[in-house]
Amino acid sequence: MTEEIREEVREEKSRELVVPGEVIVSGEDFLPGDWTKREGKDIIASRFGLAEKSGRLVKIIPLSGIYMPRSGNIVIGNVTDVTFNGWLIDINAPYSGFLPLAETPRFVSKEDLQEFIGIGDIVVAKVDSVKSKGVDLTIKIRGLGKKEDGMIIKVNPSKVPRIIGREGSMINLIKQETGCDIVVGQNGLVWIKGNTVLEELFAKESIIEITKRSFISGLTEKMERWFKENKNKSMEKEE
Amino acid sequence: MSYTKRFDGRKNDETRKIKIELDIIPNADGSALFAFGDTIAMAAVYGPKQLHPQHMQNPKKGLLRVKYDMMSFSVTERKRPGPNRRGTEISKVTEWALSEVVELDAFPNTVVDVHIMIPQANASTRVAGINAACLALARAGVPMKEMCSAVSIGKLDKTLVVDVIKEEEDYEEGEGATDIALAFSSRSKKILLLQLDGQISADELKEAIQLGSKTCDKINEQLKDAIKALGKEE
Repeated sequence: MTEEIREEVREEKSRELVVPGEVIVSGEDFLPGDWTKREGKDIIASRFGLAEKSGRLVKIIPLSGIYMPRSGNIVIGNVTDVTFNGWLIDINAPYSGFLPLAETPRFVSKEDLQEFIGIGDIVVAKVDSVKSKGVDLTIKIRGLGKKEDGMIIKVNPSKVPRIIGREGSMINLIKQETGCDIVVGQNGLVWIKGNTVLEELFAKESIIEITKRSFISGLTEKMERWFKENKNKSMEKEE
Repeated sequence: MSYTKRFDGRKNDETRKIKIELDIIPNADGSALFAFGDTIAMAAVYGPKQLHPQHMQNPKKGLLRVKYDMMSFSVTERKRPGPNRRGTEISKVTEWALSEVVELDAFPNTVVDVHIMIPQANASTRVAGINAACLALARAGVPMKEMCSAVSIGKLDKTLVVDVIKEEEDYEEGEGATDIALAFSSRSKKILLLQLDGQISADELKEAIQLGSKTCDKINEQLKDAIKALGKEE
């Protein structure tokens, strides 16, 4: 039964590359989704990317571009300023993030702001709300907060869903194979912490490999093979 | 004697060889190189990002900012580096042309910076710059209503030619040379840029615009193919 459903979905979903201004489909049967709009009978692309038709809905999956914050996203940022009631954080987006003092997991006195999180620190935070001017962040949930060690790499934000994989399959594979602790920010920053620097570099290499081959289907299986081939090499380096 | 044979042997409605390269600047959000023969333009796009100074911010939509400059070694006579009257003017008209196609309503209080550099020039640099900038903008994932393309049309004595070179700009026989820079949008075919240097009659100008529109359509196809080829690799 599930097999059948899957077949149907595959048939209905078709993807094709489009440039801005191109007609994706024409006819009244379709509905314009993300980054598309209706002009008379036609549905027009307003961004470079993959146009996907799923049922009646037509939308564009961008292949490039900057990160736009959405509430609920986990992001990684760099603290740029400490104010009297919170921290200003650069989250690699057009708008800077603000982490209010009230959103810390434990009580922090106003005198200790600089000690708790200082300028230049790396913070993993959740986007609480997106307002017309600025983004509010929170670190009240477990696992969020300042990162003291590890390394940060930057990838294109549009590749982040591929690094995570379906229900986290890809990221779990990387964690398993490299033994590293990894946090992927939706804004394209990835934090890696392993037992040794070599482990971290191996994880970094694998993530770069994913971003390079991001539009191959069945990437998780291909990466499993990649890990088998490359693990020995990284072990040799260690010896 | 009228102008019948072109200096470089091209047909009257033929552009120089077009060369397109994408992602030439790794640190930019999108970048492209566009060349008409030995006229080369490079464009880099950064943003949308926060706009400073703050008083320029628009809470309704994002701003497009274009900077055009020629490198000092791009022409035979050294060009003094830094902004000048001509560069500022070209930046402004390019900004106006591209503002018609980009759609920054979703990014209030931000700016998209476009930098156009000319490393080698043999006339028609502003139109090469517009083509490069349009490619770079699309590559950077900036929302756009449509694509655009640009070309220069020349009237040498009484002959209309496409894609003017330096020797043709300096043509002096008969009625002399008229140089028209034109840019069109890909879908609505709006005129985004029309600049004219010289003399031309109204009828001839109409003819020139038609010729420009036809050539721009061809260039547009090439731009489209180039950016799509890149997407296939990914």
